[in-house]
Amino acid sequence: MKLQAESRRESGRLLEIDDLYTYFSTPIGVVKSVDHVSFGLDRGRRLGIVGESGCGKTVLSRSIMGLLPRRNVVRGGSVKFEDRELTTMSLNERRKIWGAEMAMIFQDPMTSLNPVIRIGKQLSEPLQIHLGYDRATAMETALRLLTDVGIPEPEKRLKQYAHELSGGMRQRVMIAMALACGPSVLFADEPTTALDVTVQAQILDLIEKQRRDRNMSLVLVTHDLGVVAGHTDDIIVMYAGQIVEKAPTTTLFADMKMPYTEALFRSIPKLESPSHTRLVTIGGRPPNLISPPTGCRFSPRCHYATDVCTTTPPELREASPGHAFACHHPVGSDRWHEVNVSLSTTNRQVEVS
Amino acid sequence: MAGTGKSHLRDDAVLRVEDLVVEFPVGRTGLKVNAVSGISFDVRRGETLGIVGESGCGKSTTGRAIMQLPRPTSGQVWFEGTDLNSLGTDEMRKLRTKIQMIFQDPISSLNPRRSVLDIVTEPLNIWKIGDKADREATAKAVLEEVGIDPAAAAGRRAHQFSGGQCQRISIARSLVLSPSLIICDEPVSALDVSVQAQVLNLLEDLKRDRGLTLIFIAHDLAVVKNISDRVAVMYLGKMCEVAEPDSLFAQPAHPYSKVLIDSIPVVDPTAPLAEIAVKGEPPSPVFPPSGCRFNPRCPNAQDRCRTEEPAIREIAPRHFVACHYPLYGGEAPVSVRT
Repeated sequence: MKLQAESRRESGRLLEIDDLYTYFSTPIGVVKSVDHVSFGLDRGRRLGIVGESGCGKTVLSRSIMGLLPRRNVVRGGSVKFEDRELTTMSLNERRKIWGAEMAMIFQDPMTSLNPVIRIGKQLSEPLQIHLGYDRATAMETALRLLTDVGIPEPEKRLKQYAHELSGGMRQRVMIAMALACGPSVLFADEPTTALDVTVQAQILDLIEKQRRDRNMSLVLVTHDLGVVAGHTDDIIVMYAGQIVEKAPTTTLFADMKMPYTEALFRSIPKLESPSHTRLVTIGGRPPNLISPPTGCRFSPRCHYATDVCTTTPPELREASPGHAFACHHPVGSDRWHEVNVSLSTTNRQVEVS
Repeated sequence: MAGTGKSHLRDDAVLRVEDLVVEFPVGRTGLKVNAVSGISFDVRRGETLGIVGESGCGKSTTGRAIMQLPRPTSGQVWFEGTDLNSLGTDEMRKLRTKIQMIFQDPISSLNPRRSVLDIVTEPLNIWKIGDKADREATAKAVLEEVGIDPAAAAGRRAHQFSGGQCQRISIARSLVLSPSLIICDEPVSALDVSVQAQVLNLLEDLKRDRGLTLIFIAHDLAVVKNISDRVAVMYLGKMCEVAEPDSLFAQPAHPYSKVLIDSIPVVDPTAPLAEIAVKGEPPSPVFPPSGCRFNPRCPNAQDRCRTEEPAIREIAPRHFVACHYPLYGGEAPVSVRT
């Protein structure tokens, strides 16, 4: 494992996603969960994928991993991992990549661990399968992994079951499992949503430490702009199955272009604003992905929308190198200024219709 | 965190809780879960009290104990001058029309088989207020008030609405009997941020228009800061700190409050990441630590914290803390008074 990590190249493209789409056939129509999405991820970089529930962020990360069922799924586009095309790979080939090169941790650490297998066995099994370790070496490595992720009394934990551990501890075990075979990219799907804030801070800190030590890439999927702000290099904002803005993290927060990103940011209660500050809301709710709005999908909820927004879907265009957005009337445009002036005169009392 | 004592209580409160204790037996082992261990607080009319803390700190149990669901193990709950513990089941039932609750999961707290109008009218039917037409009119007016169009929504069922809309319907149901106190137990934790903002604004408006008193229980400090007039921080069944939100967040005096505030991810990539000041997770409420309950995790714990429970005291105007060594305002340590 150590050797593998050292021989790994330090930089360069790791993942290239091109025009990826995933549709689900349901009795009431085709749900376009991920609709033609393209982006890349470099080695050692941290990418955040943000959006509200139902925007397709989880389906996107699962589509990249190839973790979706075959039945009733329409998919297309390409996912290249170190120049190998994943979408056309057989299940057997993909199995060799899961865990060993791409690993994933999930939101709910309770249901992602097997309740009837001891922690030690669950941790050592992938080591035996992927790295060919014998049982004793695998157990030893498992013990070291548990120590690495900061679990107190690791020897005792090896013999315990998932239900004997607390939520934070289970998430640490999940991280240890994900790291077991030294993957080059870790997908973390809402890894701290089920945890308390003090534990969330510990887990995010742990993921970051392990990532740095292993020169691993990270894809952090979350709805929490606060979590991505401190823990990513780049951010993708998704809305209704599409990427609406992508940028380096600092650029995004300093100079957001897409009105949806702005609205999301404004609707969070901020610790630094005084108590009883009126929150700016986004009216309505995310669209139905069976028949999304024509034109810009955010247009029915957008303060700045004009006729062009409801007819012509905006293309992703570049604001600066690395910063792209899809909007006809971005933040800072004439239309934006015009609406913001009238908004502030009505005291921002824009409410749901 | 120990927090005994009542120096933070005021005279003109609509709700006054004193030495509230709630314990649950652990099977037949003879052990007990110390869910709430002697907390006191009060709420004035028209005020919003925020209660924050991590899971298992007893904040929901506190909310339910006010409703006498179940009745607390000991302690008093005074509501508009009545001691709720002294009321019989029937009297308590009548009184519950004045105190209503809103829950975390908006979808599962509505009956899936009944129409929205039915759900909102039911409290009026139970209490036989007005005739059928009156009840329907009242229910529709309240739906309108929470931003649900009664013409379109009345006949539909809960699954046809989004989480945010279901939470509005729950709010309508709680308002229909014109209560004076609403206990909101994590009302926005299951909602997306954009919808969360809508519901928070709605609660603010209702509070202003109807002169409601709110108890707002949540784990999200930014949300609590936004909506509250006074915030109580709880840890493992005890009260740590009670203060006005701006003062609490600008200058937390209890080490646990500071830890909680520092743990919140800041929505600014240029801000330095806070040091992780606290290790581990809260201990089991079956075997709470002696002395101050926060002492095993506290970065500033001294010997005294392990043996002696701190009493709550005022360290600045309207800012109360239960700590032997508060982060500010702790000139001379005060000995325990009860």
